[in-house]
Amino acid sequence: MRVEGISKRFPGTLALDKVSLDVRASEVHVLFGENGAGKSTLIQIVAGVHRPTAGKIFLNGREEVMNSVHHARELGVSAVFQEFSIVPQLTVQENLFLGSEMMRGPFLDKARLHRQAEETLTRLGFPLKPNQLVMYLSRAEQQMVEIAKAFRTKPSIMILDEPTASLTERETDRLFALIETLKEEGIGVIYITHRMNEIERIGDRITVLRDGKLVQTLQVADTNQQQLVELMTGRVIDQVFPEVMSHPGETLLDIRNMSIAGQVVNKVSMHVRAGEIVGLAGLVGSGKSDIGRACFGVGKVTSGKINFYGEAVFDSERKVNLLKPRAMLDRGLYYVPSDRREEGLAMMLSVRENMSLSSLALPKFSDRLFLRRKSERKIVAEISEKLALSPFNIERTVEHFSGGNQQKALIGKALVRIERHKDRIGGPGGEAPQPSGDGRHLERPIEHITGGAQQKVLIGKALVRDVKLFIFDEPTVGVDIGARMLIYRAMRDLCETGAGVLLISSDLPEILHLAHRTYVMYRGELRTELSQEETTEQNVLKYFFEGVDDQ
Amino acid sequence: MNSQTTDAYSVDGGRSLVLTLRHTAKIAFVRGGVLPWFLVIAVLLLTSSTDSFLTTSNLSTVARQSTYLILAAMAQMVVLLTRGLDLSIGTMFAMSSVTTSMTMVALWSGEGSAWFAITIGCLAGMATTIAIGALNGIGVAVFRVPPFVMTLAMSSIVAGLAFYVTGGTPVYGMPAGFSNVFGYGKLFGVSVPVIITAALILLMFVFINWTRMGRYLYAIGGNPKAADLSGINTRMYLFLTYSLAGVITGISTLLLTARLESGESNIGVEYPLMSIAACAIGGVSLFGGVGRLGGVVLGAIFIILVQNGMNLLQLNSYLQMVAIGILLILAVVADNYRQKLLLTMND
Repeated sequence: MRVEGISKRFPGTLALDKVSLDVRASEVHVLFGENGAGKSTLIQIVAGVHRPTAGKIFLNGREEVMNSVHHARELGVSAVFQEFSIVPQLTVQENLFLGSEMMRGPFLDKARLHRQAEETLTRLGFPLKPNQLVMYLSRAEQQMVEIAKAFRTKPSIMILDEPTASLTERETDRLFALIETLKEEGIGVIYITHRMNEIERIGDRITVLRDGKLVQTLQVADTNQQQLVELMTGRVIDQVFPEVMSHPGETLLDIRNMSIAGQVVNKVSMHVRAGEIVGLAGLVGSGKSDIGRACFGVGKVTSGKINFYGEAVFDSERKVNLLKPRAMLDRGLYYVPSDRREEGLAMMLSVRENMSLSSLALPKFSDRLFLRRKSERKIVAEISEKLALSPFNIERTVEHFSGGNQQKALIGKALVRIERHKDRIGGPGGEAPQPSGDGRHLERPIEHITGGAQQKVLIGKALVRDVKLFIFDEPTVGVDIGARMLIYRAMRDLCETGAGVLLISSDLPEILHLAHRTYVMYRGELRTELSQEETTEQNVLKYFFEGVDDQ
Repeated sequence: MNSQTTDAYSVDGGRSLVLTLRHTAKIAFVRGGVLPWFLVIAVLLLTSSTDSFLTTSNLSTVARQSTYLILAAMAQMVVLLTRGLDLSIGTMFAMSSVTTSMTMVALWSGEGSAWFAITIGCLAGMATTIAIGALNGIGVAVFRVPPFVMTLAMSSIVAGLAFYVTGGTPVYGMPAGFSNVFGYGKLFGVSVPVIITAALILLMFVFINWTRMGRYLYAIGGNPKAADLSGINTRMYLFLTYSLAGVITGISTLLLTARLESGESNIGVEYPLMSIAACAIGGVSLFGGVGRLGGVVLGAIFIILVQNGMNLLQLNSYLQMVAIGILLILAVVADNYRQKLLLTMND
């Protein structure tokens, strides 16, 4: 397959500018670039979603015009997009064969459907049952369905758009094994990813895009991380993960023997202190997400005790249950959900409205009757600027931003809660009720508190603030390296100014580099707690899987 | 409208003036929606085909006639924003008209000052619609009955009650003062219903754009789960929304009852459809979370304008129903097309 001089113009922008690339049989061709660089547009053109403004597509030497996804698929181009194309109300097997059901006469051949679905799933090694309803599956499992659907037919070109974004290591391994098999069968794979180690593991050649233009196509073997990042961003990037100082203070969240309904989590005890980042690692379905959600009041805790900032918010013996999002927010716990589309953002609203949504009741955003829209605009703009929202337009609906920038909006939503209005620094009092205690530091945006000043803040301690503990649930899924850096830096700032951070993540490097302590979950049970020194890849992985070191 | 534009424009652009003009028109369409086009077309058509359309007296009639629908459409709007629907608006009109008039008739002896009876009658009418709205709210927010079912069932219940109480005959004998002020009254030459409606539009504008609850309506309709996780008490706000719809509909009913000078158990039948039409034409998404008050008000005015024009043209009233239905579908089709264009454009 070969594309030549493909351009795509959307009114107002040139999304792709004369991009050419070729995909050979039996190779994995990686597309690499920041969010908005044109990768998605390119594969959408190749897969028949959009038609190019200019340029040609050749398949096996013949020029083809792809009219639709269906047409592309008939020509042998199959794609797995980030946006799911599965029907939640149907079962896994119904979804797998949607549009090409097997018939016996005028009726569905359900037995064969079931058999074939089972075969496909086993071949892929996905732990799904064909009869499960898709709506009850987790996001990772839905992703598996999506992948299985594309693998059902035997395409000659397979497009995978960040297929591992919500898969765990083990599922990723399976997928990679599968890609190897595809290569042996002579299939060309176009693979989009933001993860460096994946490029090294499975990529043969790599094409870097920036601002809709082709930067370079290289052999993966001839490159290194540093070079790729420079090509992608057009600048030299020193370090993805920031150094985070840890000054553990008082215990914010203290969980004792907590169990969650449906056996998702059994008798787990852990704690998070102020001024530290605590990692919570584990496979999908290990219950790590459920812990974060339960503490915020989503999901049902059946037994145990939860203390937050010294107050019992749940105690099964004394029949205390204060776990509700509103109540927990008011107490100073903020949960950033993993699924920005489903739970995090209202897609049709603007970035501004989304970011301020959970903080509207705070005095900086509204007085007793009315919203303070000017202050809202200002604060949201500040945070957006810090997170390098692009395009920088806070009035634009979230729907129209790329995935990475949507994630920035989601993170920003957490940050606006603590961001203070610059105007108020040292200004005349009385405009709004000021929190008691050492209010001066609170008035300052966190970006301005650096180095020595941070130390002072930390020593001064006893920060009275709106949010004491942040729970980030998979904060960088499907996010490019530039956005990642900014999100990590935001976490560092939070931690170093005295907030506690619970980082729930399937992304190992993230846990390894950021967490000061790490808890590892396995099938609803807490396997171990690791200190920063003990948190190595082997160590964490050891506790991820069954059988190894089974105590 | 311009189905070839997309293709024409995608051929490396800017070739001629025509293309530029088309592009401008497209942007105007995407920005402003269907309503301005509808309005311009309607005004042009009506002005050219009738003599009496563009006269002060006719336009002030349109303004006054619009008030009831504007209010009903605003009630519908707040509910639609939350991904809901209120089909009981019509029977709210009927029931509240009946309770208002019966209360006034019962309390007024026929002599002396009628303002006590009028006040209590109005309160009774308001209480009726608020109660109906609150019941809708409880059904939707607490018992999780789908809004479609809840309000449809409620409209059957309320309509039944209204007919049962009155036997289907109009209730006459309200104090004349009520109609003289709220139905036909004028202040500085502007009719009272228009003044009241204008004030309410202003209040609604502030409510929707400048209060927390206004913002929450959009959030709940935009993504209920995200709203929940943002610490918004979605159930309470849903309840309040349906109750608010009751409040606004109640005011509209009082104005209409005053105008009709009688309590009628059969009024309001067309309001559910018309209010939804006004919202849809005005750019409110029927899937929640999107819509502006200005659009809704203009949408309602547009519908009345068309009706008024059809009356001037002496079009059969049954055919007018056909026309309104067609307009509603057209508006939604045009809006879908607009959404499609919007996705292909970047800013």
